[in-house]
Amino acid sequence: MDNIPMETGFIIAGILFTLGLTGVMIRRNVIFMLMSIEIMLNAAGLAFVFAGSFWQQADGQVMFIFILAVAAAEVSVGLALIILIYQKFKTLDVDKLSKMKG
Amino acid sequence: MHSLIEWIVLLPFAGFLILSVLGKYLNKNLIGATGVGSVGISALLTFIVGAGFLAQPTQIFTVSIWRWFDVAGFHPQIAFHIDSLSVVFIFVITFVGFLIHLYSAEFMKDDDGYARFFAYMNLFVGSMLVLVLADNLLLLYLGWEGVGLCSFLLIGFWYKEPDNAAAARKAFIVTRVGDTAMAIGLFLLFYHFNTLDIRTLLGEIPGQWEMGSPLATTAAFLLLGGAVGKSAQLPLQTWLPDAMAGPSPVSALIHAATMVTAGVYLIARMHILFIQSPMVMMVIAIVGAATLLIAGFSALAQYDIKKVLAYSTISQIGYMFLALGVGAWSAAIFHFMIHAFFKALLFLGAGAVILAMHHEHDMFKMGGLKKQLPVTFWTFLIGSASLAALPLVTAGFYSKDEILWYAWAGERGGVWLWLAGIVGALITAVYTFRMIFITFYGEQKTEVHQKPGVLIKIPLVVLAILSLVGGFINLPHNFGHFDLFSQFVTRTLPGIEIDGEVESLEWVMQLISAVLALVGVYLAYVFYLKRSSVYEDISAKATVLKKFLLYGWSFDALYDKLFVVPVVTLARINKGDFIDFVYTGIANINLFFNGLLSKTQNGNVRWYIMGIAFGAIVLIAIIFTL
Amino acid sequence: MLNVLFYTAATIGVIATFMVITRYHAVHALLYFVVSLLSIAVVFYVIGAPFIAALEVIIYAGAIMTLFIFVIMMLNLGAATIDQERTWLTPKIWVGPSVLTLILLIQFLLVMFNTGLQGNEMMVIEPKEVGVSLFTQYLLAVELAGMLLLAGIVGAYHLGKRKKKILHRYLETKEDHG
Repeated sequence: MDNIPMETGFIIAGILFTLGLTGVMIRRNVIFMLMSIEIMLNAAGLAFVFAGSFWQQADGQVMFIFILAVAAAEVSVGLALIILIYQKFKTLDVDKLSKMKG
Repeated sequence: MHSLIEWIVLLPFAGFLILSVLGKYLNKNLIGATGVGSVGISALLTFIVGAGFLAQPTQIFTVSIWRWFDVAGFHPQIAFHIDSLSVVFIFVITFVGFLIHLYSAEFMKDDDGYARFFAYMNLFVGSMLVLVLADNLLLLYLGWEGVGLCSFLLIGFWYKEPDNAAAARKAFIVTRVGDTAMAIGLFLLFYHFNTLDIRTLLGEIPGQWEMGSPLATTAAFLLLGGAVGKSAQLPLQTWLPDAMAGPSPVSALIHAATMVTAGVYLIARMHILFIQSPMVMMVIAIVGAATLLIAGFSALAQYDIKKVLAYSTISQIGYMFLALGVGAWSAAIFHFMIHAFFKALLFLGAGAVILAMHHEHDMFKMGGLKKQLPVTFWTFLIGSASLAALPLVTAGFYSKDEILWYAWAGERGGVWLWLAGIVGALITAVYTFRMIFITFYGEQKTEVHQKPGVLIKIPLVVLAILSLVGGFINLPHNFGHFDLFSQFVTRTLPGIEIDGEVESLEWVMQLISAVLALVGVYLAYVFYLKRSSVYEDISAKATVLKKFLLYGWSFDALYDKLFVVPVVTLARINKGDFIDFVYTGIANINLFFNGLLSKTQNGNVRWYIMGIAFGAIVLIAIIFTL
Repeated sequence: MLNVLFYTAATIGVIATFMVITRYHAVHALLYFVVSLLSIAVVFYVIGAPFIAALEVIIYAGAIMTLFIFVIMMLNLGAATIDQERTWLTPKIWVGPSVLTLILLIQFLLVMFNTGLQGNEMMVIEPKEVGVSLFTQYLLAVELAGMLLLAGIVGAYHLGKRKKKILHRYLETKEDHG
């Protein structure tokens, strides 16, 4: 490995994370929101792996594995819920799902 | 014998505790026995203590039970002090109290609140004993407040009627005005002398405050305010006629014999303070004279039998105040004792009549009871004769006559005070026998419902005997110097000097008062029994005057306009005041922000996420700049 | 040379992610996401985590994204949703959030550059090392992750089950009772 400076990885992770956050905030379709959340999870994992290789330990990669497991479980349940939402409301507009307003 | 004094006071309190805690579990006989017995044993102990006291002429002693508190050098004790003045008072309180308790054992036996009644009565007797036996003014004030409380509880005994509760409240509030004045007087005394112990005060006052000094006058005025409130004198006399809403034994005990004389006791006890300010003495005499006239005239127009007696009480206490004001201390105390006897008798008799007339109070609906209720009639007649001071045979003659004599002849007396007393005596005779003739003579308008039993008759008879012979222990000077009572009382209170060489004119004064009493009886006979046409004419034309007198010279209406209406108006104007505005303002601000913030909870997920992002920005900014 | 590879892959990843969030058609966005994931996998490989690179491709791009695509195909949304997306993604909508996240990004960068880190050499970390660490040091977490996945499976099954409509017996037709 050559001299890739430390900060580059974190910059990349930061950019990806903010892109994902922007995606969650501006999209109105539920599926796109879920996708943007996946982007964020992936970016966080990237940061972990970078840090792990910086400290030359395996802990970063272990963390990434757990993040992966969490993302998998969350996506499966989330998509099942999306299917139910579509069956009930006949639309995927997240603004229509505002029954919990104060 | 020292230890017996504590029991005199503690037994009624013990009776109160037993009856208030266990009252609903005991049967009626046991309640009656406890209530009457506690006061009865107190009376017995009083006799023993009094006898022992009389045997040793110059002894006074103090019994201290415990130290009440000790703050910054001020340590009042719960201590009882016996001297000749307090012996007279406790004798009257316990003995007349015992007779009244005996009477109420039968009078109140059909009432549901039997135990409550005796509990309150015992508490009253206990508080009054504390008041007269107190060693220091703070303990006296405790007793003072205690009797005020019991008066409230007992006037409003039948509290389910709103009128009774209103009368009880009126009594308490009006006497409160006096109590506050007295409290301020106590503060003043404490501030200057750093103690409220009566012996110490009486010793130090002549030294520190010279005769007529403004401080002495102020303190005396304030204490007078308290006395005026409790004794229902001008200007605080409006509560006593309304207090007749309570049961008759209550009126007899509290508003005839004991509580209303607490003011007399206070002035007599603190006599040195009052002597130090002659102006206040004159005010006392004038208050007494004015009150006795006002109340006497008001009694002429009443038709409720108990209200006649109420106004009569106010009037007689006016006589006592008159005596105190001119410096005739022992005469005032003598009249107190005799008045206790005959006024209690009259109230108890009125209660028997009311019971017989099935709770009818209006005299004009009674009549012809002379044959139906003989014992009641004769005892009532004796009591009225004593009240009207019929000459030579009744005790009232001796006591009232002594006051009138000193009002004329005493060094602080004067002819105007004597004239007021004499006119008052005439009016007293007129209204007293008016009451007798309307109630007991004439044709019967209501059927007799229930004749009195033995427990009612015994106190009536005993008190009637005392009203007759009680005066013989202190005959006037020209009947022979048989003045046991004055000798006894002047061990504690000063005597009185007679102005000038008028001692030989005493018999003239006695003749005048005797003649006037008989003239009053005759007038009452002419107006109310024979119903002469002159009376009918005057009575028909004088409706305005009658109404004015009926309402006690309209003091209630005056106070209503002076005090009640402005305060109520101010309270109405101030209903939406700015202090409330502050509190409701806080609530309104909260509501406003609640409205604002609840708009952010619109259920929109993207809005929430934006909130999270914003929060993250702020948090990172804070954490990494600090 | 690895440097060049690293920077190229990183750039492709960023551009692809940007395309993900701005597409109107769901499947287009998903495909761009897959591209992004693959380029990130290359990045992982370059910095010395080959095991993770493999996992990224297999699980993230291969399983999770496939699941997404299947669900979108099942929902069968049609062309109307694409027009809907066009109306929903106006400049008015994305200006505010973009500014917010830009500020957040600047904050991240500032924080990172102010905490002085000095870089070590990056070494390759073998899969064996990762495995040893997983099953000795982080054994409990592995078990928990397993349980989490189990819960996810059960939940997804239950939510996706087709429910039978059950009528109250009084609402049934009379022919059952002759």
